[in-house]
Amino acid sequence: MDINWQPLYLTAKLAIVTTLILLLIGIPIAYALSVWKSRFKLLVQTLVSMPLVLPPTVLGFYLLLAFGRDGWLGSRLESWFDIRLVFSFEGLVIASIIYSLPFMVNPIQSGFQSLPASLHEAAQTLGKSHLSSFFHVLLPNIKPAIITATVVTFAHTIGEFGVVLMIGGSIPAETRVASIAIYDEVEALNFAAAHSYALILFVLAFVILLSVYLLNRENLRAF
Amino acid sequence: MLTIDVQKPLQAANGSMLLDVQLEVEAGEFIVLYGPSGAGKTTLLRILAGLTDVASGSIQVAGAEWLDSERNLNLQPRQRSVGMVFQNYALFPNMTVAGNLRYAAARGQSAEFIDHLLDITGLSKLAERKPDTLSGGQQQRVALARAIARRPSLLLLDEPLSALDPAMRRQLQDEILKIHREFRITTIMVSHDLSEIFRLANRVAVIENGRITRCGSLTDIFIEKKLSGKFKFQGILLEKKASDVVFIMTVSIGNHIVKVIATEEEAAKFQVGDPVIVSSKAFNPVLLPVSKTQ
Repeated sequence: MDINWQPLYLTAKLAIVTTLILLLIGIPIAYALSVWKSRFKLLVQTLVSMPLVLPPTVLGFYLLLAFGRDGWLGSRLESWFDIRLVFSFEGLVIASIIYSLPFMVNPIQSGFQSLPASLHEAAQTLGKSHLSSFFHVLLPNIKPAIITATVVTFAHTIGEFGVVLMIGGSIPAETRVASIAIYDEVEALNFAAAHSYALILFVLAFVILLSVYLLNRENLRAF
Repeated sequence: MLTIDVQKPLQAANGSMLLDVQLEVEAGEFIVLYGPSGAGKTTLLRILAGLTDVASGSIQVAGAEWLDSERNLNLQPRQRSVGMVFQNYALFPNMTVAGNLRYAAARGQSAEFIDHLLDITGLSKLAERKPDTLSGGQQQRVALARAIARRPSLLLLDEPLSALDPAMRRQLQDEILKIHREFRITTIMVSHDLSEIFRLANRVAVIENGRITRCGSLTDIFIEKKLSGKFKFQGILLEKKASDVVFIMTVSIGNHIVKVIATEEEAAKFQVGDPVIVSSKAFNPVLLPVSKTQ
């Protein structure tokens, strides 16, 4: 049987791009949350974690309103930069970043919080700047947390469905990722094709999670 | 010369108190902060390192201003020439022993100096090990070597030996002493251990409820001056052994071990490790030339 690899390729591309961008913005957010003592911290913490409990369709609906041609953001982006975020890959990336944010931020934040404060203080008394301490002392010592967050974010983005359906639709080679393709094939009563996608995602998810546990066991042994 | 004059309100276990400390320390001196828990000793060290802010006050070290609240001057920890050994050592787990020292060393510090530090602290063979694989005593050595790796003008030790067994303590006291003699870094140490204080300190500051209540030499602080003996030596009680009706007390005085007889009543007053005075009032010592006695 011929498999159309396009949706799988698109899924992988979306997951990789999302994970890389989330690494760049998730680590600073996680660090800020771990040291922040203001009462607004809880507010930001709640916002970051909202996608954990919110139905993906709710998130997708509001993003659709915001990104749409009549939306506040969408209309400006289109008239100023000629960018359309609805039903486009770029829009999917932004939606995925918001949707997977807690999966990147939360493990890294608890990684930072588990480090004794004296590590950073020791680096300071040794004449090191905050930046030097961050890159040479703090980050390397939460490597297990960063690995876990990266893998889980990647896996979670692969499993996305509701948000993608709301904001991306099912445009081949643009927004038709594997999870959407399965839905389409089932609707068309094409169970064989749906099965091939489903099995691949099933195996992928299993391998990814197993590798997280294996990696963490390795890392735990080192301590 | 180090001049401290700082004030900071603290929340202690039994209500709030004001940490209000004035202290002068000569260059190269080894001074111990002694006092009950929660008296403000660790806070004082953290204030010196710049890790804790004060309400008001000033700190000058070797002519350099580190803190002057009137002029709004407060140097960051990294701008202060200070080395600190934390109670939990705070070694960087991601770096090897040598890596910890190299990271700590100032720019332009030679590799030979790091090797020398590893050598005098007996860490050369462990240089490539990670801190997690070391014993408590070894970790303590790394923390000490790391604290002096950029040759600070002030060394702060926060109960550095409290987690170690007595034998290891003694060994590390010797190393601290060795390092202090070689580098002559002005050192402030928090300690509760009297035998440790007697071995290391030139001077003791007693802190109670946030204030220095007494400050002076070991004799001034710990040894009552009621005696008028002709011979008087300070030592540490090493062993207490019953022998028939009396007790034989083994005392270390300087480099010598002496045995003194005590009654059961007298012996009960002392614990092994206590600082003691061996004094004799009426005896007639014989003087001999040194060459003939050897």
